[in-house]
Formats: sequence, structure tokens, C-alpha cells
Amino acid sequence: MKILLKLVSMAGLMLTIIPSIGVFYEVISQEENKYFMLIGTLLWFGPKIIFKEK
Amino acid sequence: MLLEKLSAHLEEVKEYEREPVPASRWRGFKSFLGMYAGEHTAGTEFVIGPLFVAHGAGAMDLILGLLLGNFLAVLSWAFICAPIAVRERVTLYYLLEKICGKHLTNAYNLVNALMFCFLAGSMIAVSATAIGIPFNIPMAKLTDWLPSGLPWIIIVVLVGAVTTFVATLGYDKVEKFSTIAAPWMILVFLAAAIAVLPELGVKNWGDFFQVAQDKIWTGKPLAGQSKFTFWHILFFAWFCNMAMHIGMADLSILRYAKKWTAGFASAGGMYVGHYIAWLASGILYALFLQQSNENLEFAPGPVAYSAAGITGALCVIIAGWTTANPTIYRAGLALQAIMPKAKTWKITLIVGSITTLAACFPALVMQLLDFVALYGLILMPMGAIIFIDYWLFPRIGLQSNLAAAKNLTFNVAALITWLGSLLACYLIAKTTGLEIFFLGLPGWFLAVLIYIISSYMYQKKWSK
Repeated sequence: MKILLKLVSMAGLMLTIIPSIGVFYEVISQEENKYFMLIGTLLWFGPKIIFKEK
Repeated sequence: MLLEKLSAHLEEVKEYEREPVPASRWRGFKSFLGMYAGEHTAGTEFVIGPLFVAHGAGAMDLILGLLLGNFLAVLSWAFICAPIAVRERVTLYYLLEKICGKHLTNAYNLVNALMFCFLAGSMIAVSATAIGIPFNIPMAKLTDWLPSGLPWIIIVVLVGAVTTFVATLGYDKVEKFSTIAAPWMILVFLAAAIAVLPELGVKNWGDFFQVAQDKIWTGKPLAGQSKFTFWHILFFAWFCNMAMHIGMADLSILRYAKKWTAGFASAGGMYVGHYIAWLASGILYALFLQQSNENLEFAPGPVAYSAAGITGALCVIIAGWTTANPTIYRAGLALQAIMPKAKTWKITLIVGSITTLAACFPALVMQLLDFVALYGLILMPMGAIIFIDYWLFPRIGLQSNLAAAKNLTFNVAALITWLGSLLACYLIAKTTGLEIFFLGLPGWFLAVLIYIISSYMYQKKWSK
């Protein structure tokens, strides 16, 4: 469970940064990037807040 | 039930204000890395980066000036502040009391607490610019000093109340929140900047430096702003946290460190927050200026929102919190030293209220560079006093911790040093025209000199 939560959090961080590189190389739009960043944010904070992971 | 539980917790909050931190509470390097990265990737980064753009910093001046200035700041934490912190393991205020006496320390603590309140206030104001986005409230301009209206004040009060509540729960809560948010915040800064580069004309990485020179850090200040050179940037990066390292305020934080080398953990804050984040926020502001035809409105929240959407606005809010919280905590410690019997959480509540009041005035944000420099300069002489008192006095036959040793409430030599060095700095600025950013360095050496001479004279009466 702990490993799964860590994976989810890491995926959140990746979703925060990687899509912006996609915008730079014109693979995705700026608007799509904003959605990805928001999902990434929820994935990063969600498990840490809900499960009070240290 | 919840109220009782909260009240019981608040009564238990113990921060070792007047005793050395026990070994069971010491923390490792990693803990400080997270804390520094979180604290210095903050709401102010959304202001300082853009202000460099507004002050017409050149691209190469900024890149090199920040590199060197931050390096000097890390060395100051590691070699000036941390070694004393882990040997003494007491707060700055308690150590000052032993050197300067209770009354002079109280005077220092009041000034210090007020400065911390203003600094935390500027961060609450930055967070409020993001909270205000859905309500479309008018934002302040670079030249504004007074609140823009009632909606602005209401938002600032709400943000201030929440920030103060978190700070009353103690340092542990602050650190946990900061550690969780730190990696995410810096990636948001970075992602937002990368994503807007094509709009500024960067089509591949090879274009970056040319665009940086032509469109971001052009070397031309905005209307009404002074010009920043390489030296302004170097000294600002070194001294913007002068109160914390050379001024020794971080004794209160680093006393929890297992080893003095935890001072190097400040590099996490300097090179992430004061390098990457300043560059990134400068890029975002340059795009805002380009799109708004050099509009002088200055609001980090909307700038981040336009670049990174809701995540950008959230980042501004959280970045403001993670710095405002430890700053309010520090201010609380300063006042706690004056009123040792008062509960920490009650003091924090008072500090939070002053902070919130200060945050209502946009002048704090617009003049942040000058304020940060002034704040470091005013508190710096006490850091010089501690440094010399600790390392030099035992070697030259002078009494360290004079107030504790002679049961004094007022060390006259320390007062002469504090006021004398500040007066000397003022005279230097007046006669030579040297800007406030550069006064810290001569000021520190002057403080050292004045403290040694005045202590020789003052301590004579005990040696007879």
C-alpha cells in the first residue's frame, strides 16, 4: 500500500513537470498542460493528506 | 470535543525557548534540506524574480550574480551561523540575553518581531493576490502603497487568519507542510516557465539566451524603477537573508541540527528557490509585460494563473504560506523571549494579527527588495556581536556572555555597537550614495570593530 501511494505521488510530480516540456516542443497545448498540472497536483497532495504519509 | 483536543494540543506545544534542545529532538541534514527548500521557494520568489525584470537586470548579470551571491549566502549559513547553533543549541533570543542583558534583548526582540511581521505580511499579501482571482478584485500597481479597497482587505484578513492558525500549532506542523509542498512548488515554477517560453519566442534551447537578453532580462528598467547591475544582484542574493545567517536568526532553527554541516542544507533553498524560482518567475513576468504592453499592475497570483492555471494560483497561495508560517513562528519566538510566561500559541496569535494588518498595504510587496535589505541590515549587528563574543572574546581575554556572567540587564557595549554600526552605515550611504544593498558588508566589519573597542572600555571596570 505504501509503495502504491509513493508511486501515485511520484506520478503526480511527473505530471506536474513533463507536460510543460510537451508544450515547449508543441506536442500538447498550453490548456492541456494546465489540466495535467492540476491532476498532478491532486495526485501529489491527495495521498499525503488523506493517509497522512510522513 | 474537538475544541478540548485542540486546546490540550496547544498547551503541549513546547519549543525549548529557554533550554538547549535535547538530543532526542535533533534532526538530520535531509530535514533541513526540505525545510530550507520549502522556506526559500516561497511567495516572495514570485515578487523578487519579477522585480529584477522591473529593475532592468541584464541576463548575464542575473545568471552570474545569483550564482555567486547564493554561494556566499550558503557559506554564511554553514560557517557563521550553524557552528554556534549546534554548540549552544539555544534560541537567538536566549543567547542574546546572556550577552546583551534582558532589557537590550527585549528592545532587539521587538524590532526583530516587527520586521518578521512585515516580511510574513508581504507573503500573505502575495497569497491573497491568488485568492482574489475568482473575485476579480483590482490588483495594486508597482507604484501603489495603500490597499486597493475593501475586497482586498477581506481576502488578506482571511489568508492571515488561516496562516496564523497553522503557525499556532507549532514548528512540527509547519515543517511537515513545508516538506510536502517543497518539491511540488519548485516543479510548478519550472513547468510554468518552460511552458511559456515558446510564447516569448524560444523555439529550441539554443534560442534561450538570445531571447533572455532581448525580451526577459533586457537591461532596461521599467518606468520609475532604478537600474540593477551585477553587483546589485550579487549583494542582494547574499544579503537578502542576512538576518538569518550573518544576523544569526537561524540559530533558533539550526539548533535542532545533529551537525553544523546542516548549514550547507541552505543550498537547497538558495539554488532552488533563489535561483531557479527567481529566474522562472522573471520569465513569467516578462511574458505578462509583453502581453499587457508593459502594464505596471503587479500581482503574482494572476501572473501564475495565466501561465499554469489553477495549479499556478495554488502554488502562489502555498508558497506564501510555507514562508509566512516559519516567519510568524520566528516572530513569536522573539516576543516569547520578552514574555516568557505567556503561552507560545497566544503570542503567535498576536504576531499573526500584526502581520495580517501589515499585509493589507501593497507597499510591502512593491518595495520588497529595499525592505528585505533594510531588515537584514538592522538585525545584522547583533549577529556580529554574537560571532565575536563567541569566538574572539575568550581568546583576547574579554568576558563572553557578559550579561549572564555579571548579572547585567543591559550591556552598554552591545548597545553602542548596534546603534553605532547602523549610524555609520547611514552616514556611509548619505556621504557616498552607496545603496542599501551594499551596506551590509562594511556594516559587519564596523560592528565587529565597535564591539571589540567598546567592550575593552566597558569591561575595564570589572578587571580593576
